Amino acid sequence: MTDNRFFNRSELIGILVLAVFLVVVLPLTLDVFRLNLVAKYLTYAFVALGLVICWGYGGILSLGQGVFFGLGGYCMAMFLKLEASSVENTKIQSTPGIPDFMDWNQLTALPFFWKPFHSLTFTIAAIVLVPGIFALIIGTAMFKRRVGGTYFAIITQAVAAILTILIVGQQGYTGGINGMTDLRTLKGWDIRPDHAKIMLYFFEVGCLFVCIMIAQFVRHAKLGRILVAMREKEDRVRFSGYSVANFKIFAFSIAAMFAAIGGAMFALNVGFMSPSFVGIVPSIEMVIYTAVGGRLSILGAIYGTLLVNFAKTSLSETFPELWLFGLGGLFIAVVLAFPNGLAGIWSDYVQPRIDRLIASRKRKPDGWTDSSVADGAPAE
Amino acid sequence: MLIGHQPKEFLLAVEALTVSFDGFKAVNDLSFYVDENEIRVIIGPNGAGKTTVLDLICGKTKATSGSIQFRGKELTRMKENEIVKAGVGRKFQNPSIYDDLTVFENLEISYPRGRSVFGALTFTRDAAVRDRVHEVAEMIFLKDKLNMSADLLSHGQKQWLEIGMLLIQDPDLLMLDEPVAGMSVSERAKTAELLNRIIKNRSVLVIEHDMKFVEDIAHKVTVLHQGQILSEGTMEKVQNDPKVIEVYLGH
Repeated sequence: MTDNRFFNRSELIGILVLAVFLVVVLPLTLDVFRLNLVAKYLTYAFVALGLVICWGYGGILSLGQGVFFGLGGYCMAMFLKLEASSVENTKIQSTPGIPDFMDWNQLTALPFFWKPFHSLTFTIAAIVLVPGIFALIIGTAMFKRRVGGTYFAIITQAVAAILTILIVGQQGYTGGINGMTDLRTLKGWDIRPDHAKIMLYFFEVGCLFVCIMIAQFVRHAKLGRILVAMREKEDRVRFSGYSVANFKIFAFSIAAMFAAIGGAMFALNVGFMSPSFVGIVPSIEMVIYTAVGGRLSILGAIYGTLLVNFAKTSLSETFPELWLFGLGGLFIAVVLAFPNGLAGIWSDYVQPRIDRLIASRKRKPDGWTDSSVADGAPAE
Repeated sequence: MLIGHQPKEFLLAVEALTVSFDGFKAVNDLSFYVDENEIRVIIGPNGAGKTTVLDLICGKTKATSGSIQFRGKELTRMKENEIVKAGVGRKFQNPSIYDDLTVFENLEISYPRGRSVFGALTFTRDAAVRDRVHEVAEMIFLKDKLNMSADLLSHGQKQWLEIGMLLIQDPDLLMLDEPVAGMSVSERAKTAELLNRIIKNRSVLVIEHDMKFVEDIAHKVTVLHQGQILSEGTMEKVQNDPKVIEVYLGH
């Protein structure tokens, strides 16, 4: 069990608990509307997961994850938009067969870079590869030149701002500020009705667990320990024979790919994609989800994302002006008081109590020593 | 691995090495040679450029001009991690270890295998790795602390751990920057013993202020002053050099 390349015993329990929560508890207790909201929140959990690897482990703070979320989302949305813009659906346009916003912007033919998005296989590859390669290029340009820390964070933020401006400005190619709306079917399967929403929710949870497993694998590999080492003593790692830049590029790229999968899930579950999920504010919000959940905890980041988003939905409905201040305050409070977030609170305060409780029960000879309870005791 | 085709070749040949920081020449036209299996100690007053020389050899600082040949390879044109792979190990002045990892993990990261991204993903902790880590841990007096988090070690133990991290790399040239600084008397004696054991079959370049310690280990001493060599030779010769006495040992 200890030689498992993915998880140890207590982590396995944590993953199973999360699986039961997402696959059984939430679908049974929430109506379709609320479940679809959870699906939307979980799209950000992919980003938070990437940030745990990149920021928590590698110490590389990216304030531009919205870029990759957006790229993944737009790739998915382009495919869905093309399918929704069949000739018969768009026969009232002056050029039928192209997306509506192109027609409104006097485009008369589909731009060349849109054409491959007729293929679902290409789209799936593009969702992961376009952001992955973009992160590789940014990472190579920055990390090979030893740009890091605050400077890197500022540059990622600039990239987020630039991409937003680009998307808004190139209205004819991207749908501009409104984004890509009216997405209808995936290979002829309508994604809008309730049963489709439920299916998509389960599909998303499945993808999330695949990403969790990849993250766990990276963390438990020697690479995970090198990331931690790099965060602390970059020079020592460099003078132990490692190319620090390559490891940073890897961490940044994998975080970008996770974010992109989240973006694609967003387009599918929510049914549109717009530049408001690309820019600086959403990018920073994604960092806050990770910080609240615990930047060193893969599962913590997912709970953090769900919790902050639940709070956002309920509070911003009641006090729309106060929400942003609340979010900022929450971030400051977490960083000051609980630098390891919810996961830190759990491992520092809750887990020791559970351990003691179980230990005291085990000691009583006539006590309740059911094996299922003993199994709940964390291995460490 | 060794491509020593010439019968008598220096392990390390530093020639006309100069580095200038905004016009200030921290190292100025410096030349010296280190033999195979030689222990060379560099001494000199503060600001003489001792640490800068190590920085130049390991690639941390780029030379303005001059050459550093290591087994015939020109180090000034290589990247830091390539220099490590060529066989140069460097210990920093302040113990530079990974506080959040255990002693075992600290040593394991320095084990010379799986240094690429892919290699680090597929690296397995097999018997060869475990045996080597245990062997080195025993040498550096940390055998019973392998599962301890490194930040709980004492200052002296941290210095040993970093020496161990270099040992596990098995470099041909080991560079140590003040290995006994801040150590207690007993730790100092143990470190001298440790160094005497690990210098076999490799060359060592040490920066040290502790003259007693220098006397114990040095084959040859180089005295640096203002980026240049003031004197070079055996400890006895250097100690009796009037120039050295004037700038350094005198006070």
